[in-house]
Amino acid sequence: MTQLIYHVKDLTKVIDKRVIVDVGDLEIRDGELFVIVGPNGAGKSTFLRLLHFLEEPTTGYIEFQGQPVSMPVPIEMRRRIGMVFQRPEFLDTNVLENVNYPLRLRKIRENGRVEDALTRLALTDFAQAHTSTLSGGELQRVALARLLVTQSNILLLDEPTANLDPYNAELIEDLIRELHREGATIVMVTHNIFQARRLAGRMGLMLNGQLVEVAPADTFFENPKDPRVKAFVDGEMVY
Amino acid sequence: MISDTAYIFQAGSPFWEVVGMTIRVSGTALLLACLFGIPLGIVIGMKGFSGKRLLQVLIYTGMGFPPVVVGLVTFLLLSHNGLLGFLEWLFTPTGMILAQTVLAFPLATGLTATAIGDVSPKLVLQVRSMGANIWQERWTVFFQARRGVMAAVLAALGRIISEVGAAMLVGGNIAGKTRVLSTAIILETRQGAFDLALALGMVLLGIALLANALMLRVGGRWQG
Repeated sequence: MTQLIYHVKDLTKVIDKRVIVDVGDLEIRDGELFVIVGPNGAGKSTFLRLLHFLEEPTTGYIEFQGQPVSMPVPIEMRRRIGMVFQRPEFLDTNVLENVNYPLRLRKIRENGRVEDALTRLALTDFAQAHTSTLSGGELQRVALARLLVTQSNILLLDEPTANLDPYNAELIEDLIRELHREGATIVMVTHNIFQARRLAGRMGLMLNGQLVEVAPADTFFENPKDPRVKAFVDGEMVY
Repeated sequence: MISDTAYIFQAGSPFWEVVGMTIRVSGTALLLACLFGIPLGIVIGMKGFSGKRLLQVLIYTGMGFPPVVVGLVTFLLLSHNGLLGFLEWLFTPTGMILAQTVLAFPLATGLTATAIGDVSPKLVLQVRSMGANIWQERWTVFFQARRGVMAAVLAALGRIISEVGAAMLVGGNIAGKTRVLSTAIILETRQGAFDLALALGMVLLGIALLANALMLRVGGRWQG
């Protein structure tokens, strides 16, 4: 049995009396590519932020790599996880500085890591460009390069290809597959059902903060138990 | 007494004394205003606390204080019977520094707070997610707001280097003691020496331009 990375139990996040996340029981194991699908506003991004310990749960708990987590988490624990946000923000400087930034935070010598990340994401020509001059696709690649330099093998990806053209979306999907093959544990959020089908090992549908079904991708698509999953997969869900 | 346009740039001319006094008074006031104003602006911009709104209103009001009123209040405070009369700072460069610091402080504080407050909370969250500790997080916010902070310093400098009301009231425009470029311009204009007043005005403009260029250069180089 592979190592348990996350064990989430009775986790809720309530904001202004509204339940945003309500996940009863979820385990994510080492090396998994777990994809959460669901409509906008279902609580997917908040759930990812909870998994990155950026928000404090209202109730319940998260065990991370076998350790119960209490807020505020030690900085070293958060540094084991990398996250890409749906709308990444950047420092008011060039691509090179932005990609090097997580290493500077960790006081790690870059030793070619930045160059490797830039090459892998086809950003070498943009190294000296200010981030304000880049397109949406290029910026999302910078955000991923920033993730790669840390060499974290637990990755949380929040809609990493939202609003991107096919070229950039494919480049990023290929990278996600590569990282997964290299052994990374990935939790990804998307509302693109086709992308989920291409990438996921295991999947869950989030509706109103709840994971209504968690299953291997094949089962999720071919033989879902919950009628809402079937409706979502068939594109019949109105939301 | 400055009396001849050609004479003013010669070595030993009182002009250099006036320039030196201008730089000393306004430079020290700017330094003090930034020393206290920028950290306070950072705290106001980054933190929520009770009374923050009131403090912001006071500071923003202070940004528009007329120099002559600040000069008058400082004059009354430093005068013989005033609260700070015992310091004997009236008609001294120190008194002028005090008045100009009071003028520059709200600008340094208020514009820094605005620049820091404008940094996206999403960036702060993402910086935290990348592994920043609390001090790295704060430094990054400051770095992100650096152009705004630089603008705060420049605005504060602009406010004091050319002001005449407070400098005249508190300093008294005493030759060789408290005369600065702005008060010298007033004096020369009153005496009808318009060419000299204009020349002094150009020098004042040059100093302001030089200071701005220097700070912008420093800001441009500061890329983290």
